[in-house]
Amino acid sequence: MATSTGTPRRRAKTAAKGKASTKKSTKPIRILVLRAPGTNCDRESGYAFERFGARITHMHVNALLDNPKQLSRVHGLVIPGGFSYGDDLGAGTVLGTALRTQLRDPIHRLVDKGGIVLGICNGFQVLVKTGLLPGYDETGDGEPDRTVALASNMQNRYEDRWVTLRAVTDNSVFLKRGDLIHCPVAHAEGRLVCSDAVLDRMSAADQIALRYVTPEGESPASFPHNPNGSLDDIAGITDPTGRVLGLMPHPERNQFPWQDARFHRGTAPRKPEGLKPFENAMRHLKKTFS
Amino acid sequence: MPSATKSSSRSARAPARASRPVYRVEIGLQAGLPDPAGREAHENLAEAGLGGIREVRVLRTFYLRGSLSPKQVERAARDVLADPVQERFAVREDLEIGAGPGGAPVVVTVLRKAGVTNSEAESARHALQGIGLNVRDVQSARTYLVWSSAEKGEVLAAARQALGNDVIEDVKLGRVRTFVFPKPAKRRIKRRTVAIRPMKGKALVTLSYQMGLSLTKLEMETIRDRFIELDRDPTDVELETLAQTWSEHCKHKTLAGAVTMTDADGERSFDNLLKETIFDATMKLGKSWCWSVFEDNAGVIDFDGTDGVCMKVETHNHPSAIEPYGGAGTGIGGVIRDILGTGKGARPVANTDIFCFGPPDLPMSEVPKGSMHPRRVLKGVVAGVRDYGNRMGIPTVNGAVLFDPRYVGNPVVYAGCVGIIPKRDVNKRARPGDLVVAFGGKTGRDGIHGATFSSVELHAESESVSSGAVQIGDPITEKKVLDVLIQARDKRLFTAMTDCGAGGFSSAVGEMAEKTGADVDVSKAPLKYEGLDAYEIWISEAQERMVAAIPPAKWETFKALCDSEDVEAFVLGTFTDDKRLKVRHGKTVLCDMDMAFLHDGVPRVVREATFEPGGDAEPTWKTKKRYDKDILDLLAMPQIGSKEWIIRQYDHEVQAGAVVRPLTGANDGPSDAAVVAPTLGSNRGLVLSNGINPTFGEIDPYAMAMATVDEALRNAVATGADPTRIAVLDNFTWGNCNRPSTRGTIVRACEGCHDAAMLFGTPFISGKDSLNNEFRTEDGELISVPPTLLISAIGVIKDVRKTCTSDLKQAGNPVYVLGATHDELGGSHWYRLKGRVGRNVPKVPSEAPQWMLAVHRAIKKGWVRAAHDPSEGGLAVAAAEMAFASDLGLRLDLRKVKGTTKDAQRVLFSESTTRFVVEVDKAKAKDFEAAMQKAGVPCGKVGRVTAEPRLMIVGKVPEGGRTTHTFVDVSTDKLRTSWRGALALSEEN
Repeated sequence: MATSTGTPRRRAKTAAKGKASTKKSTKPIRILVLRAPGTNCDRESGYAFERFGARITHMHVNALLDNPKQLSRVHGLVIPGGFSYGDDLGAGTVLGTALRTQLRDPIHRLVDKGGIVLGICNGFQVLVKTGLLPGYDETGDGEPDRTVALASNMQNRYEDRWVTLRAVTDNSVFLKRGDLIHCPVAHAEGRLVCSDAVLDRMSAADQIALRYVTPEGESPASFPHNPNGSLDDIAGITDPTGRVLGLMPHPERNQFPWQDARFHRGTAPRKPEGLKPFENAMRHLKKTFS
Repeated sequence: MPSATKSSSRSARAPARASRPVYRVEIGLQAGLPDPAGREAHENLAEAGLGGIREVRVLRTFYLRGSLSPKQVERAARDVLADPVQERFAVREDLEIGAGPGGAPVVVTVLRKAGVTNSEAESARHALQGIGLNVRDVQSARTYLVWSSAEKGEVLAAARQALGNDVIEDVKLGRVRTFVFPKPAKRRIKRRTVAIRPMKGKALVTLSYQMGLSLTKLEMETIRDRFIELDRDPTDVELETLAQTWSEHCKHKTLAGAVTMTDADGERSFDNLLKETIFDATMKLGKSWCWSVFEDNAGVIDFDGTDGVCMKVETHNHPSAIEPYGGAGTGIGGVIRDILGTGKGARPVANTDIFCFGPPDLPMSEVPKGSMHPRRVLKGVVAGVRDYGNRMGIPTVNGAVLFDPRYVGNPVVYAGCVGIIPKRDVNKRARPGDLVVAFGGKTGRDGIHGATFSSVELHAESESVSSGAVQIGDPITEKKVLDVLIQARDKRLFTAMTDCGAGGFSSAVGEMAEKTGADVDVSKAPLKYEGLDAYEIWISEAQERMVAAIPPAKWETFKALCDSEDVEAFVLGTFTDDKRLKVRHGKTVLCDMDMAFLHDGVPRVVREATFEPGGDAEPTWKTKKRYDKDILDLLAMPQIGSKEWIIRQYDHEVQAGAVVRPLTGANDGPSDAAVVAPTLGSNRGLVLSNGINPTFGEIDPYAMAMATVDEALRNAVATGADPTRIAVLDNFTWGNCNRPSTRGTIVRACEGCHDAAMLFGTPFISGKDSLNNEFRTEDGELISVPPTLLISAIGVIKDVRKTCTSDLKQAGNPVYVLGATHDELGGSHWYRLKGRVGRNVPKVPSEAPQWMLAVHRAIKKGWVRAAHDPSEGGLAVAAAEMAFASDLGLRLDLRKVKGTTKDAQRVLFSESTTRFVVEVDKAKAKDFEAAMQKAGVPCGKVGRVTAEPRLMIVGKVPEGGRTTHTFVDVSTDKLRTSWRGALALSEEN
């Protein structure tokens, strides 16, 4: 049952005209946007991909668990923000457990064939609970383990504010090193915690993808520029392949010019910076699959 | 749980059987990691007065029961309950604490009471069953380890204040090592009649009191006479149904009642106050873009021809007084369901919240017994709104917070929600033969008598006697309801829809079936636990439930949809055509009444109302040389100061529609209104704003109503809204209107709303009242809230790119004050700062609509770079806010301000209405001035934006003469610091 609470509307398509490339000759890129009880950023996350020509399937996790093969028909999986299953047991725990125990193989196959997995905010929390990020097998059972946690913000409360991110990896199909992205964070549990060994390993493998920086793009960033006290200002990490990305901030909330908090001051760039990861990922997918 | 084990029938306190041990899992942070939760608990305990705290740590504790082996419990803890990266756990034993700061800690455990919603435990059960463990019951608790110099008793007392709430939780010393799951009680449902027919006066009043019906003597007599006519006694369910339907909360007997008013304007009579004032204005205005007014859950206006916008604002005052977190959370949950239940279902796109609390710095000794410290209420309310609104994925974009000592015992919590609804789904009507379908949460004993409880005054014992009326929300259940509801609506499965609010099924079914009739069987309702009486199922206010009318042919499709997303749905009964309300439990008929008596049987009484203006004599202070300190003090008033601590805890960006946010500018100054674009890919938007000023109401509620409508409109207009396309909502929070003098104030306010609507051509589309907002202290002193009228405005904006924010944009641009400034400081914040109220309350000029239209056109043309509405604190505060929100400064000359007062202090702080401070693009200044002149807008070019970040205000020398005198010269840094410090509720960062 591939149902959707929010198929983008008719008008939405006309308004985005000219941005979305809808060439009929090429094979469409298909992206599955996963929804669980409590997911709430599914519509806008799918829309950001749709603007670059993706065909979006919004799907409830129950439907995917009923038929995991549906993952073999898509080129990308998005786990959007929200509060999956209420996050009562720690953000992302319940959905992460379901993915780890029941969808591990089809997700691995998706990544292995060149597909992408993107976890934003709660989706990032889910991905670290599955072990897919950073993707280290520590117990030697052939499966990745949980080695990174997204702990309660240092201020122990939910925080919504705009931050500046810098892409700091060469190892991601979503990012270009050096890029600055201005977009909001909105979470209570986003402080990255891991052991020194894991941090060293991530650094060595170029897996630290995004850092919080000052509005001028400088490091280090103290509060409020690093909004949660995250280790080494880390905002997002990638897996060793560069095709799985998890990040706490919400680039999909800066995809229209007027969303940029600087819009009214006239200092927002004409092209919304939040689109970059979606555009880059779609370029990769088109190159790989079309 | 309904499926709970059948064991021997010993007392409920008997320990669990040995074959089903209860496993305890204790989880704590690994050594050396930062502990934000512990730090927050530390801070809260210190705030509750606990001294000498060295450290606080928090452990999470779970109790699991089921067919489990110790190994499986180990797995549950490792794989699901604890995070191996940062936590450690112990099963059946106390967690090794490791080195504390020395000495043994005092241990306090906080546990939810039986029957109180606990979504953490519910999630754990779901997740553990999901990994194949046979877990039957889960309970969770928090265990605090407190190292301090205080005695056990002091720690416990502080913990009761700061870490738990007795109304919903048990706060105990020490660890709770064995948890006994309560055993379900069985109950046989019987038809019970109440021998009301022989009863007279006092006996009827006593009966109403004993059953918690909150009905008056006259109403009880009316019911008695009706049943004498019917020649039978009513059942308890019938009496409960009548009490719910006739409650002030549901029937609005005061606002919709008959009243004779006497004041200085003479005597006048209303047969139905609301209909002849507020509603009448809407009818007379007859705007074609109003699609549904005052009939549904929420008013609906045109958004883009295809879709409509609906909005509703509710109060949840009394539940928030007793349990701020749960009360506020269920308040927002309830108003969201109002939107879900508008027409055949609307999709929520924005939330708003307005709160009134006691002063945050009130000494503990001045908090009356039976109520909580305002800071605790505030923190709880904010957390409740945050956790519910954020989880629902609805951005909280607009609000206000007011402080006054009269709100200490009776805080005010307004929650509003805005939705988008397709035009074809605006109308609804249940048809005979349709199924009465309920879906969403299960039914428990939650909130029994919430509707009647909300209609009585609070008192020192309210905390203990009314706890049944308190509820804890479960937002994820409501989010699931939202997800299936919108899909089912788009599949056209519903003929009608409503929410279960106050009065539960009794109100929902009673309202939907008013024109048809219904036959329902309450035994079909899934229960949270056994043992509910039939009347309890019928009137329970358990949250997150909706009632829909679904044709039988579509039931299977709906049921399958709900099953696919784990939403519980069931057929409660059928809509009939006999205009009777039949309630059964299986075959036992518990209620059989005609709808006409239920809905129209309330006896009508004509009440007297009188009015005398309030306030005190107008102060006659001499003009001072400098007002820097006055401005800094105003900015530091919690009411005016930054609400950043609150705002940032709300997700105001979700759904990716935020255009103008609550904080604006490079340095986060305050916005006048919020703008959201609710449809992805479209530039069409909504403007949301509000007006509220109870201090004006103290002097004259008529003037307050006019001024607050003006404030809501000018906030919206300053942000870019078209004043001819704005609708407003009224919310009344008043004291006890059985007093003619209080009733008179509500009549004056209604008249003000009517006149404001007619003046501006702005229709009211929905409203709500909450009366009896009073608190009786132990000494018998009655504290009534001031007349608190909230006006919420919702406007449609064609292009969100043509909006405007309040922060200054460009040095060198000219700055204008539009509108006229008069000696109108009655009820102003500057007077309040000095402990006065005054009498000269602001009036709304008759030209106000033209002025607003002219401002709107200038903004639309792009001439205006920044606009701000002077309200709290007047021109002085507005100018300061515009400056410190940016990196720039402002230089103003008071002599250029138009109006009738020339006294510098009055020009600075008057709160005259319909004024705007605007920064205009230098290149467009000529066009702008010409347009203002043409529209007849008083337009004073008062100064310019400066590169130097200072606020400099000059004017006429106080002693008279021609030289220029500096009244204010202060850096924007200093202004901002003062503003930000007003409501700093946490010391971190």
